Amino acid sequence: MATAEETLAAIRLAYPEGSGVAEQPGGDMPTLRVDRKVLPDLARFLKNDPAARFTLLADVCGVDYPGRADRFEAVYHLYSPVHRSRMRLKVPVPESDAVVPSVYSVWKAADWFEREAFDLMGIRFAGHPNLKRILCHPSFQGHALRKDYDPGQRWLLREGEQDMPAWAADRSEDEDHFETQVINLGPSHPATHGTLRTTLRLDGEIITQAEAEIGYLHRCFEKMSESHTWNQVIPYTDRLNYCSSMMNGVGYALAVEQLLGLEAPPRAQRVRLILSELSRIMDHIVDIGANLNDIGAMTPFLYMYEAREEIYSVLEACSGARLTVSYVRIGGLANDVPHDFVDAVRWLLGRIPKLVDDMERLITANRIFRQRTEGVGRLSAEEALDWGWTGPCLRACGVPYDVRKDRPYIGYDQLDFKVPVASEGDTYARYLVRVEEIRQSLRLIEQAIADLPPGPVITSDHRVALPPKEKVYTEMESLIWHFKWVMEGMKVPTGEVYGYTEGANGELGFYAISDGGGRPYRLKVRPPCFAIFQAYPHMLVGHMIPDAVAILGSLNVIAGELDR
Amino acid sequence: MNDTIVCRPEPMGLLQRLYLVEVVKGLGVTLRHFLGNLFRRSYTVTVEWPEVKREYSERLRGRHILLTREDGSPRCVACYMCETACPADCIHIEAEEDPSSASVEWEKRPGVFTIDLLRCVYCGLCVDACPKEAIVMSRHHEMAFASREEAIVGLEQLLQKKPIGSLDLGYRPYYGEPRGTISLPIPVKAGERQAGR
Repeated sequence: MATAEETLAAIRLAYPEGSGVAEQPGGDMPTLRVDRKVLPDLARFLKNDPAARFTLLADVCGVDYPGRADRFEAVYHLYSPVHRSRMRLKVPVPESDAVVPSVYSVWKAADWFEREAFDLMGIRFAGHPNLKRILCHPSFQGHALRKDYDPGQRWLLREGEQDMPAWAADRSEDEDHFETQVINLGPSHPATHGTLRTTLRLDGEIITQAEAEIGYLHRCFEKMSESHTWNQVIPYTDRLNYCSSMMNGVGYALAVEQLLGLEAPPRAQRVRLILSELSRIMDHIVDIGANLNDIGAMTPFLYMYEAREEIYSVLEACSGARLTVSYVRIGGLANDVPHDFVDAVRWLLGRIPKLVDDMERLITANRIFRQRTEGVGRLSAEEALDWGWTGPCLRACGVPYDVRKDRPYIGYDQLDFKVPVASEGDTYARYLVRVEEIRQSLRLIEQAIADLPPGPVITSDHRVALPPKEKVYTEMESLIWHFKWVMEGMKVPTGEVYGYTEGANGELGFYAISDGGGRPYRLKVRPPCFAIFQAYPHMLVGHMIPDAVAILGSLNVIAGELDR
Repeated sequence: MNDTIVCRPEPMGLLQRLYLVEVVKGLGVTLRHFLGNLFRRSYTVTVEWPEVKREYSERLRGRHILLTREDGSPRCVACYMCETACPADCIHIEAEEDPSSASVEWEKRPGVFTIDLLRCVYCGLCVDACPKEAIVMSRHHEMAFASREEAIVGLEQLLQKKPIGSLDLGYRPYYGEPRGTISLPIPVKAGERQAGR
């Protein structure tokens, strides 16, 4: 394992001063400012050099600085599973010639992330195989995340202007292949669980080509957050992965807290952990249940929903809402948990294993299920990393990367749990990993609930958190803090942070940039299933449509998070 | 690494290959649930909604209520805090001078106070922002509207003059000890049957 300093030394050696690569001191991770001319070369070096081995491209995004000579900045976040280190690359791009060489040939993960940066920021990526809009529709004009874009505009997509892959018009039939046809799977299909559209070309029953279209649920969360205060963004984060909304809030709050340089009180952290793990269980229940449902096993879904229902009841008793909890605040939690919280969680700990056992008895050794899923949608560990996969899907391919172990947060390092991995990388392996993760989450909760620390649940710093209500009603000073908090929003120091946590689908990253004001300057979400789903069309080739449904279910694509 | 646990697919045994034995075992699981549901009411986890409803906690974020002072005037002093705090921009306030402002410690009152209940995301930030405990949330969450205009409710629908104890209060500021309990499984209450059914 090379330290960050050794990695930087290797880079300095290969790219001395004046070669277009400069280090930017400070910050939350080593950062390089890169001239776009050397970017492809540097990318290849960073991926292949033994001192670097940044095999996972976590995120690509564009940032707009209208005042600067080079108006845009393309920002890349890299991760090295070998050295457990991270790196950020910043490539300045002038507005007059907003082109950056694509790194798709180095990391396939760049495919959709670059398309997204093109769509929302208008940076073109030279050499990208399929550079077109991804989240906005083809009739959309302008680039929504540019600072001078007026979000009040409306663009109408007319009949006949929908996105169609170029190959779909091509009939390509001959005597051997006279039964090819192009069909749409989705956007409204019972097995897509959300609006996802996949265009398939079939030769008989075999899929020979596929392309996915997303963006049906796009609401430009990132643009909205730029016009709201840091705390007002929290209800929006609930709507990212709505099957486990608590974890999104935790991830966001941790990123902002890192910018602020403060930590929530221990009790808040512990409650966050317990509710996050309950949410993870819930998310896996939905995913396994829906996956089984799609391939014909309805019963386990219904049994497991009891667990989900009661977890929602606990979340509702804590926060006041079942699905969109909005329970996290920057610096802590909105309220303390009810007094019988521990008892309720204990009841869940007793009940959920029984339901999981029932499901396992029906499914795990089931011959039909195994034949439907084994060897279906198989991906090797290298490919999965190349596509930017994280989370249970990556672990099912054999890479034991889990943010909770890799960079423990909210006290995961104090608790004993194991990271489930499998080596097959197929749909069945993903199922096994998820089931084991449910059991590990239960273990985590059991340990966490054993010593729930007493004390406050939110920081007492009134620049960050609202003062307690009884003080607001009676004290002038608290009322003034309260007023400033609501009217101006809290001030977050200038800086940037890439905060990442282990969401139910994988690494959930929040790249937050603050200009010192009360609102985020730029907030980029790195949704785990965005990277996972971009591999989906490529995985389909050679499979049949029923396999396509089985694979889709096992990837757990949540449209709210995918399209943001 | 000893931090990991390897999930290996177990090789399919003879029993799995024979298929029929496994079918019977699977039927055993479903039959247990079936018989449990058939003969023991306490076994059943579903409720006969809408005749029977599950109880929500005291923190449920439902439809908003504007509380009143003892004399029946709104507690709201039209300070615009909730309107500013709202992430969905669904609250609209127009302030007017309180005619009795010479004799009381506040000057303003809301002339217009509307909430677009279809825009609202029920996040509760307005309740947190209110410095007068004027806006709180009730547990009423089953709402239906015939038109979008109907969903924009004003002072007359929001103000509740009944005594606070008789309101079905949900999310509101708390002092000290947090409210709300969780008893699992959630108890149910018989819903009021509507007239004419």
